[in-house]
Order: sequence, then C-alpha cells, then structure tokens
Amino acid sequence: MSFKTDNLTWKIGRKTILDGISFEAQPGKMLGLLGPNGSGKTSLLRLLAGLKRPHSGRISLGGTDIGQIGRKALARRVAFVEQHATTTANLRVVDVVRLGRFPHRTMFSGWSPGDEEAVATAIERAGMAEKRNDPWSSLSGGEKQRTHIARALAQAPHELILDEPTNHLDIQHQLGLMRLVSSLSITSIIALHDLNHAAVFCDTLLILQQGKIVASGTPEEVLTERLLRDVFSVEARVEQSPYHARPLVQYLG
Amino acid sequence: MTRASQILRRSAALGALLAAAFAAIALVVGISVGIGDLPIPLATTFLAVTNRLGWTAAELNRIHEAVIWDYRLSRALVAAFCGAGLALSGAIMQSLLRNPLAEPYVLGISAGASTGAVSILIFGLGAGVVSLSAGAFAGAFAAFLFVALLSNGTRGGNDRTILAGVAASQLFNATTSYIVTTSGNAQQARDVMFWLLGSFGGVRWPELVLVAAIIGAGLVACLFYARVLDAFAFGDEAAASLGVNVGRTRVALFALTALMTATIVSMVGSIGFVGLVVPHVARFFAGPLHMRLLPACAIGGAIFMVLADIGSRSIVPQQVLPIGVVTALVGVPFFSVILYRFQRAS
Repeated sequence: MSFKTDNLTWKIGRKTILDGISFEAQPGKMLGLLGPNGSGKTSLLRLLAGLKRPHSGRISLGGTDIGQIGRKALARRVAFVEQHATTTANLRVVDVVRLGRFPHRTMFSGWSPGDEEAVATAIERAGMAEKRNDPWSSLSGGEKQRTHIARALAQAPHELILDEPTNHLDIQHQLGLMRLVSSLSITSIIALHDLNHAAVFCDTLLILQQGKIVASGTPEEVLTERLLRDVFSVEARVEQSPYHARPLVQYLG
Repeated sequence: MTRASQILRRSAALGALLAAAFAAIALVVGISVGIGDLPIPLATTFLAVTNRLGWTAAELNRIHEAVIWDYRLSRALVAAFCGAGLALSGAIMQSLLRNPLAEPYVLGISAGASTGAVSILIFGLGAGVVSLSAGAFAGAFAAFLFVALLSNGTRGGNDRTILAGVAASQLFNATTSYIVTTSGNAQQARDVMFWLLGSFGGVRWPELVLVAAIIGAGLVACLFYARVLDAFAFGDEAAASLGVNVGRTRVALFALTALMTATIVSMVGSIGFVGLVVPHVARFFAGPLHMRLLPACAIGGAIFMVLADIGSRSIVPQQVLPIGVVTALVGVPFFSVILYRFQRAS
C-alpha cells in the first residue's frame, strides 16, 4: 500500500487551502496532480512529504499514519523534489546526490559501499554520469532538475513526490524528465501544468480546484472538454492521439 | 586501489595537512609573541615553551621568559581561539541562514553580547570571567531573538535578516554606550571603545582556559552537526525532507554560536568581520562540505586573528590600534565584494 489520504484539511490562517481531500495512490504507478494556479497542488505535496501536518484528516503510508513514522524513517521511504530548489554552496553533482543518503546514515557511520553504489546507480539513472564532478553553478536548469531527481533516487524511496519538475525546461528536457520518472518502478506523485504530458505519461490523474478534488481517474476518464472548461476556463477539443492512443488536448485559441 | 589503502592514504594526507596547519599557527603565534617594546627572537619563544614542557633545558634571559609567559603567549593563544570561534560561528550562520553575509558582528550578536557583559560589569553582579560570559550570553541571545523576530523568523529573505542585524547592532551598541557613559566611572567610560572595537590587552591564562574549553567543545559539537549542515544546502524544507529535525538543529546551533560569540565578546570585546572573511576563504580551499570546511575555518580563523593582532600592534609605531579597526580594514572591502557578487548572482 502506498499513500492513502482521508478527508484532509489544511489552512493558512483562516483560509482553507485543502478541503476534504481523499484519495489513494496505486503502488508503482504514476499519479499526476493537475489544477490551476493556487488550487492547492504544492500544499498537498508538502503534506504528503510530511513537511506540514494536516489540520484534520489522516494521511497513511503503507497503512501507518505518517505522523507515527519518524522523520528519518519517512525520508528513507519518501523522497521529495521541490520546485526549483537551488543553492549558493558550490557543491558538485555527486555531493548533492550524496545528500540523499543522509536518512540512511547515523551521525557517525562511515560512507559504506552500499551508499556508494546507491549514489552511482542514481547518477547513472538520472543520466548525470558525465557531469558527476561538475559544480552546481555550472549546470543548466534541466541538469539541476535531474541532479535533484538523482538525489531523490539515492534516498532509495518507495514513493517519489515531484512538484512541477518540468517548469522552465525546454521541450526536450521536459520529455526526457517525464520519461525518466515514468520508467521508475516506484510510486510517483507529480504536480504538472502540461495536460498533454499528464495524458501521455501518468497512469491516473487527480484534478484539484480551490482545494477540492473535482475529478480523478485515468487520463481518458478525466480529461474531458467539459472539465477543461469548468476547471481551467479554456475551450479545447480532446481527441485520441493516433500516435500513442492517449487523449490529446488541442486548445482553441 | 583497495578500500583500506584508500583510507590509509586519506588519513596520511589529513595528518600532513593538520600538522602543517598547526605549524602555521605555532609560527604566527611565535611571531606575535616576539613583537612589542621588548622584541624577542622566535627561537627564544619556542625554547621558552619547550623548557616549560620539560622537553629542553636551554639557558634563556629571565626577563624574556617572564614576558613570554606572563603577558604575550596567553594573549596570542587567546587571539587564536577567539579567531577560531568567530570563524566557526560565521560559517554556521552562513549555512543555516543561507546568507553569505551572515556573521555574529554583522547580525548584531556581538553587540548584544557587549551590552550583556557591560550590564554585568557596571551594575555589578559579581564580575568574574564566568558571570561576564553569562551576561554576554544573555545579551547575545536577546540580539538573536530581536533579529529573528524582526526578520520574521528568517523567512523574510536574505536581505531582511541583514537589515534586522543592522538594527540590532545600532540598538545594542547605543545601549552599551548609554550604560557606560551614564553609569560608569571615568575609566569605564574610556573603556567603551573596548566593547565596541575589541582588545586583547589584559587577557591572561584564566581567560585562555575558559576560551579554549568553550571553543574546543564548540568545534567538536559543530563537527557533530557537519552532515546536518550539508543537508541545509537547499534550504529548510529540503533538509526536513531528508529527515533533519530543522527546528531542533536551528536552536542547538544558534545557541552554540551565541555561546561561543558571548564567551569571546566578554573577554576581548566585539571584533567584527572575522566570521565573514574566514569562512569564504576557507570555502575556497576546503570546499563547501562542512566536515572539511569547519576545521578549515577554525584553523584559518586562528591564523587570521593572530595576524590581525600583530597588525594592530605594528601598523602605527608605538601605538596599539583596537583589534576591531584592523579586522574592519580587511573585512569591509571583503564585505563589499561579497555583496556585489551576491547581488549579481540573485
């Protein structure tokens, strides 16, 4: 079992940001989180990553309330890739990826061959092997994002949470990143803006509007012309793509 | 190469580096001891130390030996430990606040510690070295709270933390001057310069014992947190998502920097910019990972402060400049360069 939420509510001051969120993530699948700006996507991801506590409702992971799981134990299971997290410390790619081993080590445990292997595999997986020793400041936006994903993979998580990881990337890197995430055999929950990317790569979708879930299901079930009008306020036609048989959203100006 | 031989080679390299670092510290301390109204050759200084340790039995000028032991050696060693402590505090603040300009003096922590120490001294609550430090610690903590509240729990962004530090410096320095000029006697009023700009005059062995204990323990505690500090590279949320208890770490490390800063300020007054200059230079040589950076800061801070003390006694002949003037002469241009680069990067 992966994430299961039950009637989650979260507020900032008196403003309700998330309201009665209940869903279940399918293990090993890619769940896309869609919704207009300010619909609560980032807030929901932060609750799932254990960075904030819900005001009411319950989040469980593998049947256990995440409030009962220790901070480090949670970090061994769940990895989080924030929206453009950057640093002024001039770390090398490999140093950043090594941070992913933090929850697996105690204060004084040495660097083990297991740690080394996890880091090497993660760097390889994210396609950053050639840039392994490059400093952070020399990386492009896509390379920084892939380094973050390598760091997350080095955590050896069962669940990977990503907050709009394709923002500010060119189309080649957007697709490369989506392909990378969808090829992983772990459960991933990903906030996205591009509906067509969601349609192609995600197994299931969750649509948020003003803090509530307004639709959920496979891309075919969810991405309808009516929903695009009601939730995103755009006129569009949705057809089945002749190339990958997934829904294809075409905006009408 | 096998893992064992790799570890062996690394330990040998580390040993050589540490030996070189201690030799460098010993050399600047030796030079510092030699400078003054009565110049003492470097060899005499080293022989005086080895005589005391029972390693040698060289015949030395008794006056030289007395000057070395009773005045100058303790002063130079206190300077070294103070430099190490301020540099460590600066490095930790820069990492936790993710602000390249953060350090105890710029953020007003030193000013707060001065106010605390002056209050103890003038309103008299048993002005021993330890109670002075306790007063300084309370002042440093008050300054921390002030800066934290004013910059909205450090979430207000980099610039606001520094601006809050400016306000804290002004407030606490004004308070110190007010207390000293209205409540102190004529001598204490002259001493206000000491609390605003620092001085190593008058420090002896008891001060050395206290500062060595606090900074030594501080360095060990910092190294304990080295990996945690690395995890802060991408901010608080990133650290939390790696399993760091962010709140507890912040409180522990800020308390540690406040303790080190307060101990130093209560002995030698507030000395600026050491915590700013040294971590940046150390990062250049040792890289950004704290397991290497923190020891490099301690060593670099020790050397820098002893050199600054030498400078304060030799820039103007026959006169001792306040140590804070010398560190500011180096630190302010450095601050400007960092500010300039920082603005361009963001």
